[in-house]
Amino acid sequence: MRLRLILLAVIAALLVVAPEASADLISPESGPSQNANDIDTLYKITLYIGLVIFLLVETTLIYSLIKFRARRGGPEAAQIRGNTPLEISWTIGAALILVMLATVTFIYLPGIKDPPASKASAIETAEGSDYATINQKEPPGGNALHISVNSQQYIWRYDYDDSKDQLFSFHTLYVPVNTTVTLTIYSSDVAHSWWVPKLGGKADAIPGHTNETWFRADEEGTYDGACAELCGEGHADMRTRVVVLPADEYEAWAEQQTADIKAAQQGLAEQRKEREAADEDAGAVTPTEEKKTTEHEKNPPPPPGEEEAP
Amino acid sequence: MEATTVTRPRPEIVMRAYREAPKGWLGWLSTTDHKRIGIMYFAAALVFFVVGGAEALLMRLQLAQSESTLIDAQTYNGLVTMHGTTMVFLFVIPILAGFANYMVPLMIGARDMAFPRLNALSFWLLVTGGIVFYTSLFFEPPTAGWTMYAPLSDNAYLPEGGVDAWILLIHLTGASTLIGAINLIATIHNMRTRGMGWGRMPLFVWTVLVFSYLIVLAYPAIAAAVTMLLTDRHFDTAFFDPIGGGDPMLWQHLFWFFGHPEVYIMILPAFGIISEVLPVFARKPIFGYKAVAASTVAIAFLSMLVWAHHMFATPTATVVLAFFMISSMVIAVPTGIKIFNWLATLWRGSIVFKTPLYFGAGMVGLFTIGGITGVQLAVFPADWQLHDSYFVVAHLHYVLFGGSVFGIFAGIYYWFPKMSGRMLSEGLGKLSFWLMFVGFNLTFLIQHSAGMSGMPRRVYQYPDTGDLELYNLLSTIGSFVLGIGVLVTLVNIVRSIRNGKIAGNDPWQGNTLEWFTQSPPPPNNFDVIPTVRSVEPMKDIRREVAKGAGQQAGSVAQPVA
Repeated sequence: MRLRLILLAVIAALLVVAPEASADLISPESGPSQNANDIDTLYKITLYIGLVIFLLVETTLIYSLIKFRARRGGPEAAQIRGNTPLEISWTIGAALILVMLATVTFIYLPGIKDPPASKASAIETAEGSDYATINQKEPPGGNALHISVNSQQYIWRYDYDDSKDQLFSFHTLYVPVNTTVTLTIYSSDVAHSWWVPKLGGKADAIPGHTNETWFRADEEGTYDGACAELCGEGHADMRTRVVVLPADEYEAWAEQQTADIKAAQQGLAEQRKEREAADEDAGAVTPTEEKKTTEHEKNPPPPPGEEEAP
Repeated sequence: MEATTVTRPRPEIVMRAYREAPKGWLGWLSTTDHKRIGIMYFAAALVFFVVGGAEALLMRLQLAQSESTLIDAQTYNGLVTMHGTTMVFLFVIPILAGFANYMVPLMIGARDMAFPRLNALSFWLLVTGGIVFYTSLFFEPPTAGWTMYAPLSDNAYLPEGGVDAWILLIHLTGASTLIGAINLIATIHNMRTRGMGWGRMPLFVWTVLVFSYLIVLAYPAIAAAVTMLLTDRHFDTAFFDPIGGGDPMLWQHLFWFFGHPEVYIMILPAFGIISEVLPVFARKPIFGYKAVAASTVAIAFLSMLVWAHHMFATPTATVVLAFFMISSMVIAVPTGIKIFNWLATLWRGSIVFKTPLYFGAGMVGLFTIGGITGVQLAVFPADWQLHDSYFVVAHLHYVLFGGSVFGIFAGIYYWFPKMSGRMLSEGLGKLSFWLMFVGFNLTFLIQHSAGMSGMPRRVYQYPDTGDLELYNLLSTIGSFVLGIGVLVTLVNIVRSIRNGKIAGNDPWQGNTLEWFTQSPPPPNNFDVIPTVRSVEPMKDIRREVAKGAGQQAGSVAQPVA
């Protein structure tokens, strides 16, 4: 009796608390992107089925432990060695639940795996670029922002493949709202894993392989992520950020960034010319000076995006 | 020659003359007695358990606050690697080997293992492996995680000797485990007592047999993989180096081809312990003996087919992911069968609440949670969010701590009286259980949420976003409660070795043959090997003794308590 009351109280408490609890307490992050939302739904389905099994097992366990504890003058233990129909039925029951789970997974899979078309309000990405992908479908209509994600110890470099001029950024990825963004992920050193929880699942970056994923942020905002595969000393520092901007702000950012990159490269060329001129003025080049020059060339001033990394 | 007189010789160890073993430490160093080797396995494993636990608590201390600066990144990565490696290779496997060593010959009515000297070799290889690994503390411990993913573990990124120490550990403990497994297979196949057919073998022995076959199938893969890593590091091969035409994915496949069976290698004997403990304390036969034994074999078979569910986020074709999702789900069926059978074993029993039962029932409750999250992780699109996050850390600890370690503790409380002749304190035992149970859930339940809030595993710092800091603080508090709980059992063991209550031969009214002999058993185990007529031979013997009103009955040649 007391047990039943406790149980009822617990269930009532759960029903009250569950909707109040923040989403990430009981399920993965979601919100701005459809793939993350679908994963969230799929996860919740597995959670609810799991909860039923959990309650079934744990209540039977606790009930048995309380009800069938040895008492003075209590009943002898029933010498039951098995019950074939019962055993067959729970085997089939377990199998059926799993068939159901697998079916639900395949129903949700296309929505999570295949990128959808950009919304009508999305920006026009460059001249309908034709990309061949290995595993991931191209979004219908082809209007998508293509990003190459180059992971390296311990920073993310984002290259905008659709841009005519060189356009890239470090650490922070700027994208327009409502636009499908496909990511081609690779690594230039060890294995990393790209993960921005609110924008969907992980994609491992394995050296020698390319991986793919996508998102379409339908809400403007700033979404944080991190490297999810131990990649060395700086693994915990290898965080990233996706900034989703309104179309016009994104265009403005891209223009500015492109111009900054161009200016930085021109600056580099001028520096080289100045150095060469200075070397000629000084006459013969001494070995130490030559060494300094090479080192300097190896480490050009950081490209504009990097300064924004916290 | 008359055909009737020809009997097939049965392989068994018959003692011709008893040579006094050397006394003191030399006796332990030179012993080939399966019981002494078993005890040494225990002692070594428990030492490594304390070390690995201390490493875990250091990590939890660091994570109690976000962006904490107590421990630096590379030290933290070292702790991650040492903790995982220690717990898997130097605690769980050795202590299970210890149980198997000590209990299998007693349970099957044999006088020793099939190859006693090989048995000693197997133990000393383990110790050597542990020492080689821990000497890396004095130069540069490995920092690539216990999974040692290439190419991070290659000499281009970690040229220090730590990774090499890890490779040598794998080779030494791997050889130790393989030799032990072959020994157990030979023992179980050939040395069962008269009347003990496959259908009368204790379930713990069944799980040890399957554990041993699984080791023989899985360990060669890791031995090959680490050898390839060794030559990559020192002899310019490029098995895992894409620049040289190798493939880091090969490492992941080889590692998990070993690594996933390894998970079941670590849990199956714990299942066996539970299948022994629950019937004894429920005073009931195990429910569905055949189903429990057969599901063990089924789990082992399927465990060889699920490895790539550790690689769902890698660039792999969807059809492959789907295969590994389904195979991983299928393995939940035989696992579920076991859980239902254990519940049915308790049902309508007359349950005696001793410490082994606490840990046994706790294991069933906690392992169920790990099993359910395991199925959730098998759903590969969901895994894209959960993979490599604290959700996985929580899941694996529910399986390995909630499952294996609680099972191991049930075994410690159940068999300590047989091994030492003395009882462990029930009061301390129950205190230890409740501290561990509460501490464990406080530590790991909330980690599911930390993972789903975006906290990757193996990070020494995390941003203070959402409730992450609260989750981690709770987890840290829980881990120290858990640590104290473990400590109480260790104190209990040390105290009871000298001061525990005298146990007698059969303190629990056990079902299996180890309770037939004295506690601790004499070097030859049994003066007369009993004949087995059912799956619960001790029940038969007790019945016979009772029938004979105090007279020793049938083949009972030793005093029966």
